[in-house]
This record gives sequence, structure tokens and C-alpha cells, in this order.
Amino acid sequence: MSTNLIRYRVSTRRSAELALLIGAWLIGVFAWILVDASTDAASLGGWTSLVSAGVLLLITHGVVRWQAPYADPLLLPCVAALNMLGLAMIHRLDAAAAQRAASNGSPPPTPDVYLQLTWMLVGLIAFIVVLTFVGDHRRLQRLTFTAGLAGIVLLFLPLLPVIGKEVNGAQLWISIFGLTFQPGELAKVALTIFFAGFLVGRRHSLALVHRKIFGIGIPRGKDVGPLFLVWLVALLVLILERDLGTSLLLFGLFTVMLYVATGRRSWVVLGSLLLAVGGAFAYRLFGHVQIRFDVWLRPFDDANGNGYQIVQSLYGLANGGIFGTGWGQGYPQLVPFAKTDFITSALGEELGLMGLIAILLLFAIIVERGARAAVATRDPFGNLFAIGLTTVIGLQTFIVIGGVTRLVPLTGLTTPFLSYGGSSLVANYIIIGILIRISNAARAPEITDAELVLRQNVDTK
Amino acid sequence: MIRQINRVTAAIIFLLLALIINISYIQVFSAPDLRGQSGNQRVILTEYSHERGSILLGSQSIAESTPTLNALKYLRTYPDESIFAPVTGFYSVLYGATGIEYEANNVLAGNDSRFFVDRLQQLFANREPKGGAVRLTIDPAAQTAAMKALNGRTGAVVAIDPTTGAILALASSPSFDPNLLSSHDAAQIQSNYEELDADPEQPMLNRPLAMTLPPGSTFKLVTAAAALESGLYNATSQLPGPKEINLPGTDVQLGNWNDKSCGADDVITLQQALEISCNTAFAWLGMEIGDTAIGDQAKKFGFESQFEVPMSAAISRFPVDPNQPQTAMSAIGQFDVRASALQMALVAAGIANDGVVMKPYLVSQLLGPDLTVLQNTTPAPFGRAMKSENAKILRDMMVGVVQNGTASKARISGIAVGGKTGTAENVPGDPAHAWFVGFAPAEGTKVAVAVVLQNGGGAAEVSGNALAAPIAAAVMRAALKQ
Repeated sequence: MSTNLIRYRVSTRRSAELALLIGAWLIGVFAWILVDASTDAASLGGWTSLVSAGVLLLITHGVVRWQAPYADPLLLPCVAALNMLGLAMIHRLDAAAAQRAASNGSPPPTPDVYLQLTWMLVGLIAFIVVLTFVGDHRRLQRLTFTAGLAGIVLLFLPLLPVIGKEVNGAQLWISIFGLTFQPGELAKVALTIFFAGFLVGRRHSLALVHRKIFGIGIPRGKDVGPLFLVWLVALLVLILERDLGTSLLLFGLFTVMLYVATGRRSWVVLGSLLLAVGGAFAYRLFGHVQIRFDVWLRPFDDANGNGYQIVQSLYGLANGGIFGTGWGQGYPQLVPFAKTDFITSALGEELGLMGLIAILLLFAIIVERGARAAVATRDPFGNLFAIGLTTVIGLQTFIVIGGVTRLVPLTGLTTPFLSYGGSSLVANYIIIGILIRISNAARAPEITDAELVLRQNVDTK
Repeated sequence: MIRQINRVTAAIIFLLLALIINISYIQVFSAPDLRGQSGNQRVILTEYSHERGSILLGSQSIAESTPTLNALKYLRTYPDESIFAPVTGFYSVLYGATGIEYEANNVLAGNDSRFFVDRLQQLFANREPKGGAVRLTIDPAAQTAAMKALNGRTGAVVAIDPTTGAILALASSPSFDPNLLSSHDAAQIQSNYEELDADPEQPMLNRPLAMTLPPGSTFKLVTAAAALESGLYNATSQLPGPKEINLPGTDVQLGNWNDKSCGADDVITLQQALEISCNTAFAWLGMEIGDTAIGDQAKKFGFESQFEVPMSAAISRFPVDPNQPQTAMSAIGQFDVRASALQMALVAAGIANDGVVMKPYLVSQLLGPDLTVLQNTTPAPFGRAMKSENAKILRDMMVGVVQNGTASKARISGIAVGGKTGTAENVPGDPAHAWFVGFAPAEGTKVAVAVVLQNGGGAAEVSGNALAAPIAAAVMRAALKQ
């Protein structure tokens, strides 16, 4: 009884969220102004974009206030800051593209920033829909197998004829009515629901040691089955779609969730072993995996060929140094895919080490806040689901930024919230929407204010 | 589950920390190395994003940057094409820079520490940073006359103001058009460079500075200077001048160029020996005064010294410890004596400047981006090569060479010109090198000049007077505005 009274005046922290959100929006506005001042980007227009982005964020904040008043106040501002920085960099790269077209005498290309802004709108609508219609995250547990099936279907959609589309050697996209979408991004949300729902019911049986192989406790076959199933799916994605990043992410995600569900470290050991075996096989069997790995070890041996992307990325980072060249002062357009996979190099060049540390701290805050929601929520499904979603964002950030900075082999994924690309933005806004929903449940008082007042009166008597 | 969640969170935060450490390593510790890599276009793009300063002769610009619409925002152009190439060098995206473009790069690119205040102003005024300019000592008329007179023949011309050491002309032929290498078309630059590099005529070689050849009879000036400085000889000293002279310890007979005796009774004065370029007399003189005296005299004129004008010139050499026959040959500028055109111009300049050799230089002023003068070059002496009175004697002897002797083609009407020709034998069978060194006017000298045509510049009959002297006359006339 008294423990409840400790939370007697629960602060919603919504005003803090609003203030931080305005701060995040201003970061984007100042970045935008600096880009316009140092390039010819002003001719591309864009003040309406800034204002509409601000209005969108304000509306979203209003919905959070209404639907999830006790939600974590840091998640949305951090995400908004990343999104605004991403928009500014895409705007800056649009300016470079326009300049290049002008010098070649070709017609100016359509700026990508407007499409990204549209996707931001779609992402925030998805966020609002999730927040409004998923009143309680536990309802998602009922969708476990539906979500699992949906995840697999989404993952393999790009392999279908007609709608499937190959870009840069990877078959990750589907194209419907001229709109391209990467269903793998949504699949990771669906599969997290499936993993959480599947594992939460079996975590006790999975924790039982059936027999030991090489000193590692192995549970019963029907419990191990799903692990191998997912491993196989991840490998299939890798083989059929040549998508190293997504398969690595899914595999890492499932290993983490197994570990959290069962509390057994042997799963991590087994997962690492399977990753090593899978990696070794992939290296032997597939030329593109071998190239990625060799380029990782010796990028400068083929600086103008396969190593070009990573070498240009490193040159960009070196040009930025500690403080960066400043918005519009560097040459981020020299790095291939600067708007998507390599946006970190672009930001690292113009904002420098200081800028990248700030960006990585934003990701760290998102991870910490997601984990906090995972810990604080009161149901096992919520625990597992929230840490799964947090892992998706954290691991994806690590895989892609580690790849473009040569910490790990380059596999190709979008940087959450920063990169150009609608599927990624929408999927990640959905993830944040669910995390905010869970954090709201975790932080909300279990009793109403009226009850509190009543009890207080009783206590004082 | 809570403990596992905390561990997973810690692991992810650790991964993010690993990213920060790795990025710090790249952006702080590897950055200087990465920036310096040859494949890194950013260095070039940054350099080409500012307006590079001009190279000026007076107010005329011989290398300038013009804005473009490309990624490389400025194009380096050389309006006079090949004429000033030996001075400016080139500035290329692919092959770096040479000449003044290389030597004065810090000023031209605006990286010089003296521009700190300018940089601050540019920063606050939000103006595009711009490099400083460099003003050279080159006299466009003299340089143009030299390039025109060389007319594509393989050779070099150096003209110097003897009183200051300022280089008035630095001509190399055949030359090249630096515009061919400063364009922004990489493939075109590469093919142009490879073509120039493969050309047996070596158009990119800076001959007046880099090419050292036997100076032949022009070196007799050094031998004569050594003789005068010894105090044992003057212009009227009697020297033996037979048709041939036996080189001691050998059967080799050294003869005169015309196979004749130099004077009646095989005797000739020093003055006359220089006028008709008597080999036997100078060979004898060389053996008399010795290799040490000649070598020391040569050093006082600049042999064995490294000149940086600011481009480094090849060091001119006098042989070490020659025996008697070698000394005799060295005294007439053969054997292992090697001199650059710059060096022989310094010999003439030293004689003209009352015996004092001034340090040669090309850059007269460094200018800021707004063309305010940052630094003026103060002429500095290299050293005294001979006594003033001996210099006067040698000067008069050289005027005699032009008026009465072998250098008739160097005459300029109304002006007393001093000079000495040379026809230097090289490898047997190859055509000789044609030389001329001289100055004008004899009193109050304004210009000293050295001309060399390698292997006679392709002429059938090689003679310093016929081939080199007219070039020198043209350059001197231009320098004197005649």
C-alpha cells in the first residue's frame, strides 16, 4: 500500500518533452540555415518543409500527451533530432547534386528531401496510429503467429516476380505503382512481435538442459527448432536477396531475445558459433561476401574498385577531423550512397567527431530509454518485446555505422532516422511508437489520482 | 529477465562506445595520413575551391586562376602559353606543381602564415578565401626575345641584372604549354603529360637551371680572371701561342680551332688570346697558374655552390685534382668542367658588377590577396669574385672580343657590348655546344647574359659566334629597350 503512495505525485514530464522537441526542431532549422548559407541550396526552397516538419512534430507531441501521458519524455525528442539532422544532410546533398547538374549542363534533379519529408509524415502517422490503436501492448501478444507469418512473407516479398526489384545487386525492394518499399524493414517489427510472443511462453522449457554437447547445455529438439528455423531464414535472406545487413540483424536479434527469455548464456555462445559457421560458409560460397570481407581487411588495396565506398568514407571522416568542415563546406557527395548507408560519413565530414559523438549519444539515449521501458514494464511479454525493439535500433545502428567506419565488414543497412529511405523511417517510427506505449504503461501509476487523494486522507487521519 | 535486459543494454551501449572510439581514432589519429593519400580528391578540391593568386611580371599576369562552373572551382591558365613555362612551371590536378607554382605554393594558395589576418577578415566578412600573388623579376621583353631567338632549338638563355642578381630572363627551349597540364580533364592531362614526358627533346626540362654542359671557351674568362687575380698577369702579358701544344706526359697535341698559330713568333698577349680565343695560350696559362687557382676562382663565381632561385639549380663543377694535361683542358672549359647557363651568366655578371657576384633570384615581391606588398626581396651578394680593378681589365678585354674578336655577332649599335663565345666539344662525333656569355653596356651594366645551344641546336656548323651570339644580342637589346 505504502509503495503506491511513493508515486503519489507522478510527474508526466510532458512539458520537458515539448521543450526538448522544440530544441530538436531548432537543431534542424539551424543546420538548414547553415546549409543554405554555404551552398546554393536556398534556391531549392525548403522553409515550408521546415515549418511542416515542426507542425508534424507538434501534432505528434499532442497525440502523445493525449494517448500516453506518462510516456518517456526523451524518446520522441531524440528521434526527432536525428530525423531533423538527417533531413538537413539530405537537403545539403540535394544542393550538391543540383550544383553538379548545373556544371554538367543537365537539368536539375528532383530534391530527395521532399520525398523524405513525405515519408516523415507517413512515419509519424504510423506512430500516431500505433499509439492510438494499440492501447495496450499486451494485445500484440495475441498476434504472435500472425506476425511471424507476416514477417516471413514481408521478408520474401522482394523475391516475387513483377513487384520485386533489384537495386545495387541486392533484391530488397518491392515496387508498386512506382513507389518502392523495403518490406524487410517492417519485417523486423513483425518478427520481434513473433519472437517475443513465441519465447515468452516457452522460456521455462527452453531453459531446461536436455543434454550437453561440448559442455554446452542443449534443450529439447522441439525447443531448439525455432532457433535453427530463424537461422535458416536469415541465411536464406542472405543467399536469395544478398542482404547481409538484414540477416545479421535478424540473427543477432533472435540470439539476444533467446538469451533474455531463458537467461542462459549458452544461447549466446551457440548463436556466436552459428554466426561464425554461417559467416565462414558464406565467405566460401558467395563472391559478394568474400569481397565485403576482403575490402574490410584491406580497403586501400582496391581503392578505386571494390574498396572505393569505404575508402571515400574514410577520406570524408578524415576531412572532417575533430570539429568538421561545417555544413556545406565539405565534400560528402564524393562518398557513394551518402544519403543512405553512408550518411554517417557525410555527417562525420561536416560535423566532425564532435557531431558524430553527439549523434551516437542520441542513439545511446534511445537505447537506454528503451531498455528502461523494458525493465519497468510489468509483464514478461512487454519486457521481452521492448528489449527486442531496443536491440533492433541499437544493433542496426552498430552494424551500419560500424560498417561505414570499417569497424566491422560493410553489410549495408540504413541508419535509423538519419538515412534517406521511407521504409526504414516508417518502421523505426513504429518501433518508437510501441516503445512509447510500453513506457507509458511502465510509468503510469497503478491507481488514479482520485484514489490517491482518498488514501492520503485516510492516512492522515 | 531484468538482469539479462540490463546486460543486453550494457552490451549495446558498449558497441556504441566502440563506434565512438573507432571514429575518434579515424578522425583524430588516422586523419593526417588519410588526408595525405594521393587518391584523396578532397585535398585537391579544397585547394581548387579558393582562388589561387597570380604570378605577376609588373602588372602583367603570366599565371592566373579563372572561375569555372565545375567541382574544381578555379582553372589555372597561362595566357602566354609556353613563353614563361620555365619560370612558372605547371600546376596540375594530377601531377602536382613545378617551378614557381611549386616553390611559392604557400603564398599562392593562401596558406602562408603571413595571411593569418587576411584569413580572419575573410572569415568575418564571409568572403571567399583567396591566395596571395607573387611578383617576379623577369622582364617580359627579354624573356620573349630569348624564347623567340631560341626558336625551338635545344638550348637555354639566362639574363641577369648584374647589380642585383635579379633574373631578367630564364628561357628553356623547346618549352611546353603549362595549360596542357592545368586543365580539369584528367584523361587529357595524363595523355598530354605522358606525351611531353616521352618527348626525346625533354620540353619539361628546365635547361638554364638543370642542364650542365662543358662551357668550352667561355670558361677562359674564369682562367683569365684567375690569372689577373694572381697578380702575375695583366692584359698585355705575353703568352706562348703556338699552333699546337703538347700536353705533358702524353702524345696528345692540343691545337687551336683554326689550326693556326695565335700570333707572330707564336707569342700573344692575354688580351689578344681572349679576343681570338687562343686555346694553346690558355692551356699554357692554366698549367702555369695551376688547377687550384682556377678551381678557387671558379668557386668564387659560384661553381660548387647550390643556388636556389628559388628553384634549385644544378651545381656547376670544376674537376678535383686534375693532372697537368687535364688542367690544360679544364682551363679552356673542356675535360670535366660542367656549367649551367645560370652559372655562366653569373660569371659575366660578376665581371660586369666590378667583381661582386650577386645571388640570383626570381621572386621580387610577395603580395597579399589584395595585392598589398608583404615582402620585398633585398638583393644580397654571393661574394666578391675578383678585385674591382681586375674586373675592369677583364671587362675591357671582353669588349675587345666583341669589337675585334670572335664575338662579332653580339654587337649592338651604339652600345659597348662585352662577351666571350664558346664552342665546347662534347662526346667525340657529337656536334659541339655553342655558347655565348656577355653583358651590356660595358659601363653601368644593365644586363649580363649566357646563351647555350646544346649540340649547336641542330646546326650543321657549330660556332658560338654564329649561333649563340645573335641570341644574346637580341636578349640584351630587349632588356635595354633598344
